[in-house]
Amino acid sequence: MIRPGRAYADGQAEGAALVLTEALSFWGGIDSATGTIIDRSHPQVGESVAGKILVMPGARGSSSSSSVLAECLRLGTGPLGILLARPDPILTVAALVARSLYGIACPILVAEIAGIATGDRLRLQANQGGGHAEILPAH
Amino acid sequence: MAFRLTPQDQALLNGEAGAAVASAMSVLSAFSEALGAEELLDISRAHIDGCLFHGQVSLDFVERLVAGDGRVRVPTTLNVGSLDLIHPERVHLVPAAEAPARRLMEAHVALGCIPSFTCAPYQTRFRPKFGEQIAWGESNAIVFANSVIGARTNRYGDFIDLCCALTGRAPAWGLHLDENRRGQILFRLTGFPASQEATDGLFIAVGLLIGSQSVEKVPVIEGLPVPRDEDQLKALGAAAASAGAVGLFHAVGITPEAPTLADALGGQAPLAVITITPADVEAALARLSSVPDGAPLGAVCLGTPHFSLTEWKRLIPLVREIAPRCAVPIYVNTGRATLMALEETGALTGLTDFGVIPVADTCTYITAVLEQIDGVVMTNSGKWAHYAPGNIGVQVAFGSLEECVASAAAGRVVRGAA
Repeated sequence: MIRPGRAYADGQAEGAALVLTEALSFWGGIDSATGTIIDRSHPQVGESVAGKILVMPGARGSSSSSSVLAECLRLGTGPLGILLARPDPILTVAALVARSLYGIACPILVAEIAGIATGDRLRLQANQGGGHAEILPAH
Repeated sequence: MAFRLTPQDQALLNGEAGAAVASAMSVLSAFSEALGAEELLDISRAHIDGCLFHGQVSLDFVERLVAGDGRVRVPTTLNVGSLDLIHPERVHLVPAAEAPARRLMEAHVALGCIPSFTCAPYQTRFRPKFGEQIAWGESNAIVFANSVIGARTNRYGDFIDLCCALTGRAPAWGLHLDENRRGQILFRLTGFPASQEATDGLFIAVGLLIGSQSVEKVPVIEGLPVPRDEDQLKALGAAAASAGAVGLFHAVGITPEAPTLADALGGQAPLAVITITPADVEAALARLSSVPDGAPLGAVCLGTPHFSLTEWKRLIPLVREIAPRCAVPIYVNTGRATLMALEETGALTGLTDFGVIPVADTCTYITAVLEQIDGVVMTNSGKWAHYAPGNIGVQVAFGSLEECVASAAAGRVVRGAA
């Protein structure tokens, strides 16, 4: 099943989805050393974004979130890619800086997220503004 | 229309102003294109929120710009860092954490930034004017510049604010443009007495309420009493930006783009009308405190955002009158320029004997300043109350400035008339 989307940061990624039911602020919400969600008011507190395709409605909160996501990507504790329902400029900057400094790609795509569950296998393709998310058949 | 760079932008991207500017323009143009901007526009100043250490990436980004001979192209102020460079003994960081935090602050100065280290740059001599296009980071500064002054900035995050400063450009998008500054959601104060007082608590509560209910829309507030001073609007904006993502609000009859309700809404109908009642205000303020009255205190923290001269002039007589011997210290975050101005007039003489501890360049909720955080901390700041429990693990009591001073004197949470 392929869903068209708009690319905010280029790249491709494939992996298991972690679906957040609420927006998350990376600053104050993620421990960059581990990729674990530490915001106690968040429904998915304790889950780790490391190595996952992060799926969420949007981001919120601090303008320092770009630093925290970029640090996660540097350390390898970040998501493989991000699928959002609403665009977020602050996360976009993090992906651009991680690519510019370290050559690490973290595709960010805005598309329909309904019907995706945690554990689903997803493939993101994001290139020059265009892209799609694909839900892959289970192994 | 597709995104286009001018020949001058293209020259910067091609490295004609050096490697640092080229990499800044590369990130800025990719960012602007992703947002859907059609072009860049000139900015006249910038404020950088990247001096706070978030890990090696913070240093890698800035030091690459220093190595590439980067210099900011517009007057650029700096937000708080992780250290108090004026009173280094105030911050208790281990050397392994202190060294990179200091390097990060110094690297920004090496790029030509002004070492202001304050989250209230709008209360320094670098304050922008109405209509100025600027690129500011720091959520409370963004909302103040847009709303109270009528300057124009988007909510710029770490890294991109510095890219704007090095190139002198920003995306022609969002709050830089007339059409996106129109109010969209109307918050109407109802059920308040005609003689309602402009208390600090009212402004903070309204900030929290519009922040948590505006999502990504521009809020308009109708029925707000005339503020005592701009510090009340500063507290409102800081609370709104902490509880949500507000970058601009209009207060009818108070802020410069909202002389009338029709002006604030750009002549259109609001998408939604939400009432704010005295009960809503009371509940919003009650949520900021997690301890009962009478709870023993470890400290009082004021100055988030950084205390202005006006706020100091309210505090100093209160301390001299109510709390000549504080049971617990009163930490006051403030900008180094404000502190110097105060010291020159002798206004601070003897205050440290009373237990007042000025903190410059940083803030008590983001770094290790407090001597004793196992107790409860009292604050008059909605922003401090919002962030400190998660950041430094304290319990918070929220109160007015007068209540904070009376509580510091008593060593426990005191409410009402001191």
